[in-house]
Amino acid sequence: MNGLMSIFIWALAGSSFLCLYRIAMGPTPPDRTVSIDILGTLVVGFCAFMSLITGKDFYMNIGLSWALLSFIGTIALAKFLERRSFDE
Amino acid sequence: MSETIGYIMISIGVLFDILGCVGLVRLPDVYNRLQAATKCVTLGTSVILLGAAVIAFGRGLDAFAIKALICTIFVLITSPTGAHALARGAHKSGVPLWEGSVIDEYKETEENKS
Repeated sequence: MNGLMSIFIWALAGSSFLCLYRIAMGPTPPDRTVSIDILGTLVVGFCAFMSLITGKDFYMNIGLSWALLSFIGTIALAKFLERRSFDE
Repeated sequence: MSETIGYIMISIGVLFDILGCVGLVRLPDVYNRLQAATKCVTLGTSVILLGAAVIAFGRGLDAFAIKALICTIFVLITSPTGAHALARGAHKSGVPLWEGSVIDEYKETEENKS
Protein backbone atom coordinates (compact mmCIF):
# COMPACT_ATOMS: atom_id res chain seq x y z
CA MET A 1 0.00 0.00 0.00
CA ASN A 2 3.05 2.29 0.22
CA GLY A 3 3.06 2.96 -3.54
CA LEU A 4 -0.65 3.83 -3.45
CA MET A 5 -0.10 6.35 -0.63
CA SER A 6 2.77 7.98 -2.58
CA ILE A 7 0.45 8.31 -5.60
CA PHE A 8 -2.15 10.02 -3.38
CA ILE A 9 0.43 12.38 -1.89
CA TRP A 10 1.77 13.35 -5.31
CA ALA A 11 -1.78 13.98 -6.56
CA LEU A 12 -2.48 16.31 -3.63
CA ALA A 13 0.87 18.01 -4.23
CA GLY A 14 -0.14 18.63 -7.85
CA SER A 15 -3.42 20.16 -6.67
CA SER A 16 -1.47 22.39 -4.29
CA PHE A 17 0.74 23.54 -7.14
CA LEU A 18 -2.37 24.48 -9.15
CA CYS A 19 -3.53 26.54 -6.14
CA LEU A 20 -0.11 28.19 -5.93
CA TYR A 21 -0.33 29.06 -9.63
CA ARG A 22 -3.63 30.82 -8.99
CA ILE A 23 -2.17 32.62 -5.95
CA ALA A 24 0.74 33.86 -8.06
CA MET A 25 -1.21 34.76 -11.23
CA GLY A 26 -4.64 35.72 -9.85
CA PRO A 27 -5.76 39.02 -11.36
CA THR A 28 -7.78 40.26 -8.38
CA PRO A 29 -7.34 39.95 -4.57
CA PRO A 30 -10.45 37.71 -4.12
CA ASP A 31 -8.89 35.13 -6.45
CA ARG A 32 -5.86 34.90 -4.18
CA THR A 33 -8.05 34.70 -1.09
CA VAL A 34 -10.07 31.82 -2.58
CA SER A 35 -6.85 29.98 -3.39
CA ILE A 36 -5.52 30.45 0.15
CA ASP A 37 -8.78 29.01 1.53
CA ILE A 38 -8.59 25.99 -0.79
CA LEU A 39 -4.91 25.42 0.06
CA GLY A 40 -5.79 25.40 3.76
CA THR A 41 -8.40 22.71 3.14
CA LEU A 42 -5.90 20.62 1.15
CA VAL A 43 -3.39 20.72 4.02
CA VAL A 44 -5.96 18.95 6.25
CA GLY A 45 -5.93 16.08 3.75
CA PHE A 46 -2.12 16.02 3.88
CA CYS A 47 -2.30 15.75 7.67
CA ALA A 48 -4.65 12.74 7.38
CA PHE A 49 -2.21 11.08 4.95
CA MET A 50 0.77 11.70 7.23
CA SER A 51 -1.16 10.24 10.16
CA LEU A 52 -2.03 7.14 8.11
CA ILE A 53 1.59 6.62 6.99
CA THR A 54 3.25 7.06 10.36
CA GLY A 55 0.46 5.59 12.51
CA LYS A 56 0.71 8.46 14.99
CA ASP A 57 -2.41 10.49 15.78
CA PHE A 58 -0.91 13.89 16.63
CA TYR A 59 -0.95 14.84 12.94
CA MET A 60 -4.75 14.99 13.22
CA ASN A 61 -4.37 17.54 16.04
CA ILE A 62 -2.35 19.63 13.59
CA GLY A 63 -5.09 19.15 10.98
CA LEU A 64 -7.86 20.24 13.35
CA SER A 65 -6.05 23.40 14.43
CA TRP A 66 -5.05 24.12 10.82
CA ALA A 67 -8.72 23.95 9.73
CA LEU A 68 -9.69 26.31 12.56
CA LEU A 69 -6.95 28.84 11.74
CA SER A 70 -7.69 28.66 8.01
CA PHE A 71 -11.38 29.39 8.69
CA ILE A 72 -10.55 32.38 10.90
CA GLY A 73 -8.10 33.71 8.32
CA THR A 74 -10.66 33.35 5.52
CA ILE A 75 -13.32 35.21 7.52
CA ALA A 76 -10.84 37.99 8.34
CA LEU A 77 -9.79 38.37 4.70
CA ALA A 78 -13.44 38.41 3.58
CA LYS A 79 -14.19 41.18 6.08
CA PHE A 80 -11.16 43.04 4.79
CA LEU A 81 -12.38 42.69 1.19
CA GLU A 82 -15.79 44.04 2.23
CA ARG A 83 -14.00 47.11 3.64
CA ARG A 84 -15.74 46.83 7.01
CA SER A 85 -14.26 47.07 10.47
CA PHE A 86 -13.55 43.85 12.35
CA ASP A 87 -15.83 44.46 15.35
CA GLU A 88 -18.98 44.95 13.33
CA MET B 1 -11.91 -5.31 4.17
CA SER B 2 -11.92 -1.95 5.91
CA GLU B 3 -8.56 -1.13 4.30
CA THR B 4 -10.05 -1.68 0.83
CA ILE B 5 -13.12 0.46 1.54
CA GLY B 6 -10.93 3.19 3.03
CA TYR B 7 -8.53 3.29 0.10
CA ILE B 8 -11.42 3.42 -2.38
CA MET B 9 -12.89 6.39 -0.47
CA ILE B 10 -9.51 8.15 -0.37
CA SER B 11 -9.14 7.64 -4.16
CA ILE B 12 -12.55 9.26 -4.76
CA GLY B 13 -11.60 12.18 -2.50
CA VAL B 14 -8.26 12.77 -4.23
CA LEU B 15 -10.01 12.70 -7.61
CA PHE B 16 -12.46 15.38 -6.44
CA ASP B 17 -9.57 17.48 -5.07
CA ILE B 18 -7.72 17.38 -8.40
CA LEU B 19 -10.87 18.27 -10.37
CA GLY B 20 -11.62 21.19 -8.03
CA CYS B 21 -8.11 22.59 -8.39
CA VAL B 22 -8.24 22.22 -12.20
CA GLY B 23 -11.47 24.23 -12.05
CA LEU B 24 -9.69 26.82 -9.91
CA VAL B 25 -7.14 27.32 -12.69
CA ARG B 26 -9.34 26.95 -15.77
CA LEU B 27 -12.54 28.90 -15.03
CA PRO B 28 -12.81 32.54 -16.13
CA ASP B 29 -14.23 34.39 -13.12
CA VAL B 30 -13.72 34.64 -9.37
CA TYR B 31 -17.29 33.48 -8.68
CA ASN B 32 -17.00 30.48 -11.01
CA ARG B 33 -13.65 29.57 -9.45
CA LEU B 34 -15.09 29.89 -5.95
CA GLN B 35 -18.05 27.68 -6.79
CA ALA B 36 -16.05 24.91 -8.48
CA ALA B 37 -13.12 24.84 -6.08
CA THR B 38 -15.00 25.17 -2.80
CA LYS B 39 -17.60 22.48 -3.45
CA CYS B 40 -15.21 19.95 -4.98
CA VAL B 41 -12.44 20.41 -2.41
CA THR B 42 -14.82 20.36 0.56
CA LEU B 43 -16.35 17.06 -0.60
CA GLY B 44 -12.94 15.63 -1.50
CA THR B 45 -11.31 16.42 1.82
CA SER B 46 -14.35 15.16 3.75
CA VAL B 47 -14.25 11.85 1.89
CA ILE B 48 -10.47 11.58 2.44
CA LEU B 49 -10.95 12.09 6.18
CA LEU B 50 -13.83 9.58 6.30
CA GLY B 51 -11.70 7.00 4.47
CA ALA B 52 -8.84 7.63 6.88
CA ALA B 53 -11.27 7.12 9.78
CA VAL B 54 -12.45 3.80 8.29
CA ILE B 55 -8.84 2.58 7.88
CA ALA B 56 -7.95 3.71 11.40
CA PHE B 57 -10.94 1.87 12.92
CA GLY B 58 -9.82 -1.24 11.08
CA ARG B 59 -6.26 -0.91 12.46
CA GLY B 60 -7.46 -0.20 16.00
CA LEU B 61 -6.29 3.45 16.13
CA ASP B 62 -9.44 4.75 17.81
CA ALA B 63 -8.09 8.20 18.80
CA PHE B 64 -7.05 8.94 15.21
CA ALA B 65 -10.42 7.76 13.87
CA ILE B 66 -12.47 9.95 16.21
CA LYS B 67 -10.26 12.97 15.50
CA ALA B 68 -10.75 12.37 11.77
CA LEU B 69 -14.54 12.24 12.22
CA ILE B 70 -14.54 15.50 14.23
CA CYS B 71 -12.34 17.10 11.56
CA THR B 72 -14.79 15.94 8.85
CA ILE B 73 -17.73 17.64 10.59
CA PHE B 74 -15.62 20.76 11.13
CA VAL B 75 -14.56 21.01 7.47
CA LEU B 76 -18.16 20.41 6.32
CA ILE B 77 -19.40 23.30 8.49
CA THR B 78 -16.63 25.89 8.09
CA SER B 79 -15.67 25.64 4.42
CA PRO B 80 -19.07 26.69 2.92
CA THR B 81 -19.32 29.45 5.54
CA GLY B 82 -15.97 30.84 4.50
CA ALA B 83 -16.89 30.59 0.83
CA HIS B 84 -20.15 32.48 1.43
CA ALA B 85 -18.30 35.29 3.23
CA LEU B 86 -15.71 35.40 0.43
CA ALA B 87 -18.35 35.65 -2.31
CA ARG B 88 -20.05 38.49 -0.42
CA GLY B 89 -16.73 40.26 0.07
CA ALA B 90 -15.77 39.87 -3.59
CA HIS B 91 -19.14 41.23 -4.76
CA LYS B 92 -19.01 44.17 -2.37
CA SER B 93 -15.42 45.02 -3.30
CA GLY B 94 -16.61 45.49 -6.88
CA VAL B 95 -15.11 42.57 -8.79
CA PRO B 96 -16.99 42.44 -12.11
CA LEU B 97 -18.77 39.30 -13.30
CA TRP B 98 -17.56 37.44 -16.38
CA GLU B 99 -19.06 38.95 -19.55
CA GLY B 100 -20.86 35.68 -20.32
CA SER B 101 -22.85 35.81 -17.08
CA VAL B 102 -26.57 36.26 -17.60
CA ILE B 103 -27.96 37.19 -14.16
CA ASP B 104 -26.81 38.97 -10.99
CA GLU B 105 -29.50 38.41 -8.39
CA TYR B 106 -27.52 39.82 -5.47
CA LYS B 107 -27.20 43.20 -7.21
CA GLU B 108 -30.94 43.23 -8.07
CA THR B 109 -31.81 42.47 -4.43
CA GLU B 110 -29.59 45.28 -3.19
CA GLU B 111 -31.15 47.71 -5.67
CA ASN B 112 -34.70 46.75 -4.68
CA LYS B 113 -33.84 47.17 -1.02
CA SER B 114 -32.57 50.74 -1.40
